[in-house]
Amino acid sequence: MAAIELIRVTKTWGATVAVRDISFEVDEGSFVVLLGPSGCGKSTTLRMIAGLDDVTSGRVLIGGREMTGAPPAERRVSMVFQSYALFPHLDTGENILFGLKARRVAKTEQRDRLVRVAEMVGLEALLDRKPAQLSGGQRQRVALARAIIAENPICLMDEPLSNLDAKLRHEMRVEIRALQQRLGMTTVYVTHDQTEAMSMADRVVLMRDGGIEQQGPPAALYDVPETVFAAGFIGTPPMNLLKVEEVGGAMVIAGTDGPAVAEAGYGNLVLGIRPEQIAIADNSGIEGRVESCDYLGADTIVGVRVGSQSVLIRAHGRHSRPAGSRIHLHWQESEVHLFNDETGVRMAGVRPLPVAA
Amino acid sequence: MTERTRLVGNAVYGWLLLLPAAVLLAAFTHYPAVATLAQSLFTSGTALRPAEFAGLDNYRFMLEDEVFWRVLENNVWYAIGTIPASIALAMLMAVWVNRRLPLRAFVRMSYFTPTILPMIAVANIWLFFYTPEIGLIDQIAAGFGIGSRNWLGNPDTVLGCIIVLTIWKEAGFFMIFYLAALQSLPPELEEAARLEGASRWHFFRRVTFPLLMPTTLFVLINAVINSFKLVDQLFILTKGGPDNASALLLYYIYEVAFSFFDQAYASTLTVVLLAALAIIAIGQFVILDKRIHYR
Ligand SMILES: Nc1ncnc2c1ncn2[C@@H]1O[C@H](COP(=O)(O)OP(=O)(O)OP(=O)(O)O)[C@@H](O)[C@H]1O
Ligand SMILES: [Mg+2]
Repeated sequence: MAAIELIRVTKTWGATVAVRDISFEVDEGSFVVLLGPSGCGKSTTLRMIAGLDDVTSGRVLIGGREMTGAPPAERRVSMVFQSYALFPHLDTGENILFGLKARRVAKTEQRDRLVRVAEMVGLEALLDRKPAQLSGGQRQRVALARAIIAENPICLMDEPLSNLDAKLRHEMRVEIRALQQRLGMTTVYVTHDQTEAMSMADRVVLMRDGGIEQQGPPAALYDVPETVFAAGFIGTPPMNLLKVEEVGGAMVIAGTDGPAVAEAGYGNLVLGIRPEQIAIADNSGIEGRVESCDYLGADTIVGVRVGSQSVLIRAHGRHSRPAGSRIHLHWQESEVHLFNDETGVRMAGVRPLPVAA
Repeated sequence: MTERTRLVGNAVYGWLLLLPAAVLLAAFTHYPAVATLAQSLFTSGTALRPAEFAGLDNYRFMLEDEVFWRVLENNVWYAIGTIPASIALAMLMAVWVNRRLPLRAFVRMSYFTPTILPMIAVANIWLFFYTPEIGLIDQIAAGFGIGSRNWLGNPDTVLGCIIVLTIWKEAGFFMIFYLAALQSLPPELEEAARLEGASRWHFFRRVTFPLLMPTTLFVLINAVINSFKLVDQLFILTKGGPDNASALLLYYIYEVAFSFFDQAYASTLTVVLLAALAIIAIGQFVILDKRIHYR
């Protein structure tokens, strides 16, 4: 039984459609990430699960029970807000205990749970501080503690790490994931950061313009993107997406005169190839001119102009070639993804052609 | 030109720029305050008998003045009657109109209207409510078979009538401050509380009310000052009567100064009023400040 199930849920604000007919399930104890660019309806979806916003149409099931229209308190979900939503006049301990006090849990139990949770998130020494006296990361922990002390089976998080610096964000990512697994909490986590999604999620629900673009385990989204959008959203740097045109019966990358990269007869295509799957050769393959070389330590991102388009290559180790120098690119045809140029949908039936080294 | 004369020239120039504001401030604020204090130490002069130094005689007279004590007592009751009620009402209305309501702008506007009206106009409206026989209250009471009453003519009810009117006028004004404070509270706080299963009352008591405390302090000080300052309604409704039952301190000062033409005694009363207000305001700050969370 799914812990959370959304069935054809739509949300409109007047004329704007924030969420468009989406359905997905969250398995018990799993970590699901809602991923997408700003304004695609991630927060709205989360708020509808929490009951903070009503659905316009569709159904929300929690633990198999119909919860469409139920008040938030009945849904047994906790939430971590992007702004943390800590009560500024209450100290850490009182902030964490707010919900237990509201529910009139016995004093001794309150104390036991506070001790346990504070230790879990490392706040033991900071229980009498007001939020204003805490750092961003510590406030984040308070918000987290407040969410887990309720011992609700479900925890919702809306971009909980977006106010932290890069290093702290990485630490908290690991910590949240570990905590989630230890407590077996079903978690729905909103972010627009694909690295966060890839590293934390059991399943990713990729959203765009209020609809679901693709959902599945991170590896599936990475290996088999169903659309041009999914291909371009995931990976750093993201997949290269190159226009492919028919020239004299052969499908070539727009602006080049060969070699052919896919079989002909399917109209114009978009060819996707990940930067780490492109190899550089000196004299055979697809010709291009070097535009830039960004050395990152473990590897170098080489920018190459191919015909009328730019291609990024992630090359192992250190590479430095002068801008303007001529190089050739090639790749394994099994690493190529082909999409319909107009609809952006993956075309599984079209065969890519080998680009010889 | 030497460096020295240039600096002097600069200073003169600076003082000349300050002069207009300084003159206005001194003439209309500092001089009257000092003059009042001075006058309270002299007898009232007349054309024939010039004012002479009287020390604390005026203050001694004040302590023996029955009307003064009566008026002071009225003012205390007036403050007790108006301050907590108008603040509580203001907070209640603000919380209420801060929610999503149909016609929200209209409702807010209606609550605010009494504030925009001049006190004189308000008093005239309420005069119509309180008038015996033909007044609104008596007409409604008559519908239930209750006899007519002279609300403003009866020493037992007159102060109550003034208090009700004042609350009506002030609550809307204070509501605006509460409304502004409420709108600056992030909505996630309430959402977080709702998820935790906190009732509206629990949230109000534990979160909204404490976070409104800075506003409450500000409003409280204003309310206290107003309870000594707002006397316009007395001119229309009661002239302090019957038998001084509705006279307030400032109204009495006005009478002493401009009906009895006793400048010296009026000055004495004014000094006492100012001193009392200053002490109350400082006291409020000191006592309440420790218990307030400022963001
Ligand atoms: N209260 C509201 N009234 C009207 N429109 C709204 C409201 N809340 C959200 N929207 C609209 O709904 C759409 C989705 O908003 P939502 O907050 O869910 O985006 P998001 O994916 O969380 O974006 P972000 O990553 O920037 O937080 C947006 O176009 C937004 O303008
Ligand atoms: Mg959002």
